[in-house]
Amino acid sequence: MFAIIRDLTRYNIEFAIGCVLVGIITLFALASFFAPVGPTMIYVVPPDMPPSLSYWFGTNSRGQDLFWQLSYAFRNTLTFGVMVAAISRIISITVGLLAGYLGGWVDRVLMFFNDIFVSLPIFPILILVYFVLRSNLDMFTLALIMGCLGWPFDARLIRSVSLGLRHREFTRHATFSGMTPRKIMFEEHLPYVMPIVLATAIANMIWSIGMEVTLAVLGFTNLNIPTVGTTLYWANNHSAMIVGVWWWILIPVILIVTLFIGLFLLTVSLNEYIDPRSRLRRMGGA
Amino acid sequence: MRDYFTFVLKRLLQLAAVVFAGISAAFFITHLSPISPVDMIVNRVAAQSGGDPLAIQDLRDALAALFGTDLPLHEKFLNFWGRFLVGDLGPSLLAFPTPAIDLVMRALPWTVGLLVTSILLSWTIGNILGGLGGYYQNNRFLKAFGVLAMGVQPIPYYIVAFLLVLLFGYFWPVMPISGGFSINVRPGFTFEFIASVIHHSILPAASLVIVGLGISFLGMRAMVSNIVTEDYVTYAELAGVRTERVVFFYVIRNAMVPQLTGLAMALGGIFSGTIITEQVFAYPGLGSLLVNAVNAGDTTLVLAVSSIAVIAVAGAIFVIDLIHPLLDPRVKVK
Amino acid sequence: MADSTDILTVKGLKAYYRMAYFGIDREVRAVDDITLSIRRNEVYGIAGESSSGKTSLIKVLAAAIRPPLEVVDGALTYRFGDIEIDPYKASSEEVNAIRWKHLSYIMQGSMSVLNPVRRIRHSFSDFAFQPMGVDKKTFWERTRAHLERLNLSPDILRAYPHELSGGMRQRVTIALATVCQPEFIIADEPTTALDVVVQKDVLAMIRDVQRQMGSSVVFVTHDMSVHANIADRIGIVYAGRLVEEGPTRTLFTAPKHPYTAHLVGSLPRIGDTTTKAALEGRPPNLADPPSGCRFHPRCPLAIDKCKTEVPPLETVGQSHRSACWRADEVKPLAPVAGQPAQVTP
Repeated sequence: MFAIIRDLTRYNIEFAIGCVLVGIITLFALASFFAPVGPTMIYVVPPDMPPSLSYWFGTNSRGQDLFWQLSYAFRNTLTFGVMVAAISRIISITVGLLAGYLGGWVDRVLMFFNDIFVSLPIFPILILVYFVLRSNLDMFTLALIMGCLGWPFDARLIRSVSLGLRHREFTRHATFSGMTPRKIMFEEHLPYVMPIVLATAIANMIWSIGMEVTLAVLGFTNLNIPTVGTTLYWANNHSAMIVGVWWWILIPVILIVTLFIGLFLLTVSLNEYIDPRSRLRRMGGA
Repeated sequence: MRDYFTFVLKRLLQLAAVVFAGISAAFFITHLSPISPVDMIVNRVAAQSGGDPLAIQDLRDALAALFGTDLPLHEKFLNFWGRFLVGDLGPSLLAFPTPAIDLVMRALPWTVGLLVTSILLSWTIGNILGGLGGYYQNNRFLKAFGVLAMGVQPIPYYIVAFLLVLLFGYFWPVMPISGGFSINVRPGFTFEFIASVIHHSILPAASLVIVGLGISFLGMRAMVSNIVTEDYVTYAELAGVRTERVVFFYVIRNAMVPQLTGLAMALGGIFSGTIITEQVFAYPGLGSLLVNAVNAGDTTLVLAVSSIAVIAVAGAIFVIDLIHPLLDPRVKVK
Repeated sequence: MADSTDILTVKGLKAYYRMAYFGIDREVRAVDDITLSIRRNEVYGIAGESSSGKTSLIKVLAAAIRPPLEVVDGALTYRFGDIEIDPYKASSEEVNAIRWKHLSYIMQGSMSVLNPVRRIRHSFSDFAFQPMGVDKKTFWERTRAHLERLNLSPDILRAYPHELSGGMRQRVTIALATVCQPEFIIADEPTTALDVVVQKDVLAMIRDVQRQMGSSVVFVTHDMSVHANIADRIGIVYAGRLVEEGPTRTLFTAPKHPYTAHLVGSLPRIGDTTTKAALEGRPPNLADPPSGCRFHPRCPLAIDKCKTEVPPLETVGQSHRSACWRADEVKPLAPVAGQPAQVTP
């Protein structure tokens, strides 16, 4: 694993840039642990101050220092993304490995559900969920729901790899030497699908964070938790653009785009590492 | 031909099943909502008129009968389908007593117009450029376009739409940033009105096209860069078949098949996109209607919009399914 | 060597796979210093085991190579009437002008060489209409006549590739490659992945086409029985090098290279109930081939000289060349007697 990461940083410029961008945002989010103010306190600083030396990112119309506010927001947003990725990884690994290794009716049943989940229109469902739960929809519930919706594509991917592994020599050895299916799946096959799990986990984070931003901007989440989405919601709510408090919108947009591009570069370079065909292309192009 | 007919029939049944399941699911989810439309209206009326308790009780009974709120869930469900089949979805709460279906039908042309135009544009241009980008992997313009598309891809719809508003509505105000047409123009079949509609649709359509273009470009490019290594392409090139012929009839023609499936899969996602786009540009379509209905706690209207969306998306996928065997002779229509 | 009856001469041809990725540079010498010539009106078979470089060689001959495979040295000259052309020195227009009209190629994998979403007739018009240089009506007349001559119904023109069986597809591909009556036909594993009965038909078809049109055919296969059936001459490739070349009968009866002797000796014959001795070891890694004669680690006759010095390809008889230090001592492989019967295909 570490050898792969070392190779990637050395030979793949996209990976290196991605690491730097995501690293910057993560550090910024971690800064919130040292924040002098709480995330829900309002009118603690003079409102509507443009970015300056004393307020790096300016202040908003609710009297909050945007630097610390956004630091909290990114911490929550990243945590949310990681939560969704973790939940959906657990489901997709389990389903993918079970379907791929056991095959037969287990495979058919799991893939039947997989097909249903693939075709669900997720965004309208989330809106309906908000419609029912209203402000009871906290971040963890939302992460749980999105985790339960965001696994089917990746499960199919893992299944296809696992199908290939099933017929490999070492699996037969393991079976004959009396390893239980559970052990074979999680000790022998899991390491093979790990790079895919990693790449899809990052892609999943992009998806879930984007979804959260979108929902929050429409006002369809709990607006009292600072996230990137709710920051933008409050900015809209206070007509930041019209009043001329442009930094309230521009700075979070720049930061979230940085995060997205960073994560995206990571998945692209990981996918290239996983897919031998793109490696061949690279050789052919050189 | 006979085979194709049975194939269409089978797909039609499938369509009916999907529509039924989708709308029923929407029905049950929306009816979990704790908000009672009767109480909402009664409170609204009571707040306006002060109100005589007897009259309010009468109103409450009348509304309960109208919305059927006192019935058990399964009867509500049967009731709903019975009325749904004759095109009655009940009165909306948002604009009581206007029927929800009227509001939906008023909003539908806006969304369909916006969606059809932007999907066709982005899908066609994206696929042609993506096909060329996959075939001519060293072309500088196409490479730059690829980098741009990659850069836009991870950014959510919302941000793209918002950046457009910032650029063309605020920093360089040349485009209207809200509404479907100018307030001072009277709706009608006049040049002025149509021009205004087009002018107002440019930014929302552009935001959808930018995102959709990137997705179909990248999908097509990836597809094509696999297809160019297929034997039939290599063979045609070796035989000295003219390059344009190879690109269009061998490469893009073969890549179209999975791209078409991709379009069907993306339709649901594109509908989600319009919800946001319409919200950002205050466009008078289904998306705005849905958001307003959610905010107002209007169960009937939310259900009506969801139902129409289910029918529209499933219908579009149905049409694409019908085209599929015409495009790929290997698909068995039996 | 080269005389007026040679349609193709190859001199000192080298083609390598060159790869550089994630910091690892590799150079695979798939075609290493090959010199040969093909006469008019002959069938030349190229034989060798998998990964011996025979497919790379035939791709280089057909000017069908893609990076990372590239020609690094040597000359390749085709003579079609007044035209004399080296595809690696000519422009792509010049190469396209000889394709199909003079030089045509039957690619490996008949299953996938036809465009799956277009009817066969489109493949014919895409590939052959321009090279044939006649009007539409004459073109279709000739195409139909050609198909009928090859015992194929002109109705297949209306079919899609997936509607045809594997053998049928291969025959259509051969018809497609020969419809312009080319003087030189290159066929890469034309019978692989076909069942034995269909193989026989396809071979007969290739032979017929060649006789009727007086073309030259170069083909590759690992299957020595196919060579025995249709080749006039055979070249044996081992680890990217031509190790022996000669008339088919001579190679089968009096091979002058131990590797050929082994290949020929491994063929089953009717009434032969012996076990075939397998060659020890594996084909060498072309990224790091053995020194000297590349066959020496597996050779029963190897001496110290073989480990250090590369044997040149020298004439050992009537149009018979071999690259072995001990060519004179090579005997046809005697069947190992007294073993239980076992017939291997």
